Amino acid sequence: MALFLVNILDGLVTGLLLFMLCSGLTLIFSMMGVLNFAHASFYMLGAYFAYQISTITGFWLGLLVAPVIVGVFGALIERYGLRRVHKYGHVPELIFTFGLALLIEEVIQFFWGKSQMAYSEPEALNFAAFAIAGNSFPAYKVFMIFVAMGLFLTLLYILTKTRIGMTIQAALSYPETVQNLGHNVPLVFMGVFGVGTAMAGLAGVIAGPVLGTFPGMAVQLGSIVFVTIVIGGLGSLWGALVASLIIGWLQTFAAAYNVAMEDILTFFGFTKPENIWDHPLQDLWTLTLPQIGPILPYLLMVFVLVLRPQGLMGKRET
Amino acid sequence: MNTASKTQAVSNPNRRLISLSSLLPWAFAALFLLCLPLVFQSSAALTIMNQMAITIVFALSYNMLLGQGGMLSFGHAVYMGLGGFFAMHVMNMVEYDGLWLPLPLLPVVGGLFGMTFAFLIGSFSTRRAGTVFAMISLGVGELIAACSIIIVVFFGGEEGISGDRTMGPEVLGYDFAAQSEVYYLTVIWLLVATVLMYLFSRTPIGRIANAVRDNEERAEFLGYSQRHVRWMSFIASGFFAGVAGSLFAINFEILTEENLNLATSGSILLITFLGGVGFFVGPIIGAIVFTLLQTVLGLYTEIWALYLGILFVSCVMFFPGGFAGIIAMHRRPLALGKLNLLVGPYLKVAIPAITSVLSLAAVLEISFHKRHSFGDDHEMSLYGITFDSHGYQALGFAIVIAAISLFLVSRILPSIKAAWDEANHAGDAQ
Repeated sequence: MALFLVNILDGLVTGLLLFMLCSGLTLIFSMMGVLNFAHASFYMLGAYFAYQISTITGFWLGLLVAPVIVGVFGALIERYGLRRVHKYGHVPELIFTFGLALLIEEVIQFFWGKSQMAYSEPEALNFAAFAIAGNSFPAYKVFMIFVAMGLFLTLLYILTKTRIGMTIQAALSYPETVQNLGHNVPLVFMGVFGVGTAMAGLAGVIAGPVLGTFPGMAVQLGSIVFVTIVIGGLGSLWGALVASLIIGWLQTFAAAYNVAMEDILTFFGFTKPENIWDHPLQDLWTLTLPQIGPILPYLLMVFVLVLRPQGLMGKRET
Repeated sequence: MNTASKTQAVSNPNRRLISLSSLLPWAFAALFLLCLPLVFQSSAALTIMNQMAITIVFALSYNMLLGQGGMLSFGHAVYMGLGGFFAMHVMNMVEYDGLWLPLPLLPVVGGLFGMTFAFLIGSFSTRRAGTVFAMISLGVGELIAACSIIIVVFFGGEEGISGDRTMGPEVLGYDFAAQSEVYYLTVIWLLVATVLMYLFSRTPIGRIANAVRDNEERAEFLGYSQRHVRWMSFIASGFFAGVAGSLFAINFEILTEENLNLATSGSILLITFLGGVGFFVGPIIGAIVFTLLQTVLGLYTEIWALYLGILFVSCVMFFPGGFAGIIAMHRRPLALGKLNLLVGPYLKVAIPAITSVLSLAAVLEISFHKRHSFGDDHEMSLYGITFDSHGYQALGFAIVIAAISLFLVSRILPSIKAAWDEANHAGDAQ
């Protein structure tokens, strides 16, 4: 039971971290129809910028400044890159962001090299917040949960209660009408892109010390982020939240419980073959749950797409 | 990309399928490829040419999706990889279980396997084009790449699987041990696959695939199911990707997870797009240029991937037609007989343009060396000059040269624009 609780909390951290990326991606997608392939690269940029700042001034200033730099950078890319490609259609836009992801990874290696950076959590948060039956839970993870929750509530408040949020929501559905009402829709687009990438940057800043700051961190998380928003339903913010949490828990529990296929098969009355390593079904017999953990999100995506093509909470058929 | 793809779609509909003038380029290409080993005889050159041929088949099969069907795939390496892995298993069955299969027929087997998987996965992934298709292809690609580590029986785990191509029955006295014999096998398959893919693009289904790409609603109103049209293109593309995978298996005799992961899928997108997705020859140009760039740049610089990334992003932003698109832009001046007007301005801009590219590269190289050289290793040589990379002289010099040459390019550009307008203007001088 204690282990179960710890896993619930760990999964929550992973899920909320995923959601910090997915929410920005979903906002950008539902607004501009562009799936930002480079979204995870902005997450990586956030971690690297924060690391660079933290070597000079410490963690806390990096936490504040790095997301802003990433957001400004994202807005500039929207203004001078994406908007230029926009006239060719959505597929070239996607190809552009794909190229951007490649380029950002190379630029990062150009400046910081291929090895992992010594970016770690601040001293102030380097203690165990509480313990559940001997399993201590680090304070930094509590901090991550609070940052992610805070971000989500702020986003929800801005989108539903403020005037700028109303404009954004209106521009989501009827960009031409909103433009005719005198709002500067291209500026709104640029702002949303900037804020979305800044959120990814913030996720990078707080995830960097835990998951490691290295050039492969974008690729490591990137595909999972896309799978998450497909499962949740493209363009649905609540869907992104639900899917992020599901995937967070799925991965954590799969890694924590060592269920072996052998036990399941024996339970159902099959007998294990004598020479297992020469047997054609050797993989089936030796499979364990932690092994298949990494592919579970992708399997879930295939199932969701076959059974419910619009995603868990998407409105239109995808 | 749209203008480029339209040019292809609006080619003359009255032309017969096979005429002498349309056969000529194929015959010429075949002759050229068959004579190539007479010039380049070294084993390294043959390996590069084989690699190129495999990449061409793969890129052409990719363009059946992206260029002809409007489907952007981030997981096309899966079909090449699966075809290759299956071909490798069949090759091992030939060696150990006495299965009778001549090596030149192996690509058919691999192709059919790739096609089977394209049939299965396409059944749910081709429902929509565009972004959704792209995301599903990415997810499926990651799924299979991750499976390749888990399912050891088929994928051989992390070390992959290997085989021996020479164990099959001899064909006309050849056992394909020599690199040159493999070259001829690869080239013949390259020609066969290219002709078949070209003919596919001319069949009614290939044409309807273009229609679905351009406007799926209209195609539906004409009575075609957009989903089935895409599915069929996808299956055909899976076959040729499998052929490419089998050729890879024959050439390198080993397949690993690297053959079906996201990086390989991404680079085939890069190759195809750089070459030009709107033209049948685009991917061929892309594959040749990319393989050469990779081999040559890789010899001289550590940051060739950075250059490639810059080239790709600027290609998407400024030349969405790719290399083939740039060449095709000159068709109209050629038809008007005004191509000679462009030669002068092009020559004029060539020197400052090349200088600016080289000096910008120098700026990057010097900064990179300064940042990442070990210990006291301050000496570096570039373009045959040896200097201290940590001093400010070299970097400053490169920056000044870059600035001057860029300034010159910006001064010459208006005259190129004027010459370009004039060359595309029917009639006499304005």
